[in-house]
Amino acid sequence: MNRKNHFNRREFLKRGSALIAAGWLPLSLVEVAFGKTQAESFTFAYISDSHLTHIKGNNFVRNWDRGLTRAIAEANLLTPRPDFILYGGDIAQLGTPEEIDHGLDLLGALRGDVHYVMGEHDYYLDLGEHWRKRIGPDHYSFDHKGVHFVVLNSILTHDDWIHKKWDSPMHRMKEMARLDNPQGSPFLVGDPQREWLRKDLEKISKDTPLVVVSHSPLQKIYKGWNFWTDDAEQIQAMLKPFDKVTVLYGHVHQIQYNQIDNISFHSVMATAWPWPYPSTFAQEASYMPKLTVEINRADPFFERDGTGWQFINMHTGDVDVHDALPDNRNRVVAFDEKKGHPVDARYQAEANRIPPMKHF
Amino acid sequence: MTITSTYKGIFIAALLLPAQSLLADEFTGADLKRWKQQYMEVVDEGSKLFHGGLGNENTVSCDQCHPNASNTHPETYPKFQQQLGKVAVLSEMINWCIKNPLKADPLPLDSARMTALQAYITEERRNVPLAPGKH
Repeated sequence: MNRKNHFNRREFLKRGSALIAAGWLPLSLVEVAFGKTQAESFTFAYISDSHLTHIKGNNFVRNWDRGLTRAIAEANLLTPRPDFILYGGDIAQLGTPEEIDHGLDLLGALRGDVHYVMGEHDYYLDLGEHWRKRIGPDHYSFDHKGVHFVVLNSILTHDDWIHKKWDSPMHRMKEMARLDNPQGSPFLVGDPQREWLRKDLEKISKDTPLVVVSHSPLQKIYKGWNFWTDDAEQIQAMLKPFDKVTVLYGHVHQIQYNQIDNISFHSVMATAWPWPYPSTFAQEASYMPKLTVEINRADPFFERDGTGWQFINMHTGDVDVHDALPDNRNRVVAFDEKKGHPVDARYQAEANRIPPMKHF
Repeated sequence: MTITSTYKGIFIAALLLPAQSLLADEFTGADLKRWKQQYMEVVDEGSKLFHGGLGNENTVSCDQCHPNASNTHPETYPKFQQQLGKVAVLSEMINWCIKNPLKADPLPLDSARMTALQAYITEERRNVPLAPGKH
């Protein structure tokens, strides 16, 4: 692994966010990213997939706690402050009140307002009851400086699976928590929420930049691990009339990005652990977007390698995503207006890639 | 060791015996079925251990980082494990994971549980060509 070029934490913190915008991005990308629309530019932070795991008493798995704590500490050092923080789902590993409360305790240290997304690990124990009690609705929208944000709960599934004869709610939770479970069930936004979305978008003019946030990808990548939402195409069709749409999602614990028609897709990293790319499972085919330049294979001996959080720069409707990767070189993926899709600032060209990016 | 002419004679005579008496290892379809079943039972046991069955106190399981045992690439072992500073076999890396993220005691290398874990990991990687030493 290419350690000598690592962008270390101290260097990262020294730079501060003003320099992040200028210093991390090739200037051409900054310039072209500013469009004709009147919306203001702003930044937000994105933290996701902490999977805090309760052992017993007040004992939690240290590794996952450290990932979230570190992301919070680093996000708190961004200056000027991001306008808000998005938390992308899976605070908990098994959805218990202990885990969700512990996560909210830690996240309470974040400086700024947090908008939360529901993850499947927060949901399948009590069908989201404790999460909603502590946090609020699992789908909602808000407007910020001319951009319309929509948060969806994309990790629902078919009722007959949810209401199977489980031994206990924890049995159901553990079945859904296992990523490679052949007895799992595909994620869905579902009819009621899609109808809600249709009504929500009715009021929005088509030239308003749209950011849609979900836990699972609203595109189909690999069904076997639920890198997938079953009604993704229906959602994409509803977003199609808008000029600029960005979909942000967690769940996959790795860098992915894509462009489907007018929609830019970006995944965000987990603070807990990285997942292999689906192509590394030799027995099944998957549909990783060709555009995506994969993150380096994680070094298991550095427990934060392959984990991280994001600083997102909203240029009047297009985003560039800055992945802060503690034991890895930071990455910037920014919308390139000429190419019409997101581009990795350093590694997009085949010849610029480095050996640990080859997954097998 | 030198072989005396007497022994040489016996050896040559043995080679000249009728063919069917040499087929000591002949086996049937029923044998193949039984052996496959024996193997798959161990693979299934390995899958259970891999998916939370190791009983480690912190409950972290192998599949949390390695769904379908992916990114374990058993075909690349033995290889120079740069972090250990030596050529290692897969079972040493399995024990590294058990000791570190799983915070449990390593398994004896010849234990049934270690065999089962390796059987599951390798089965999920079937048909991938051997590539020892690959990085």
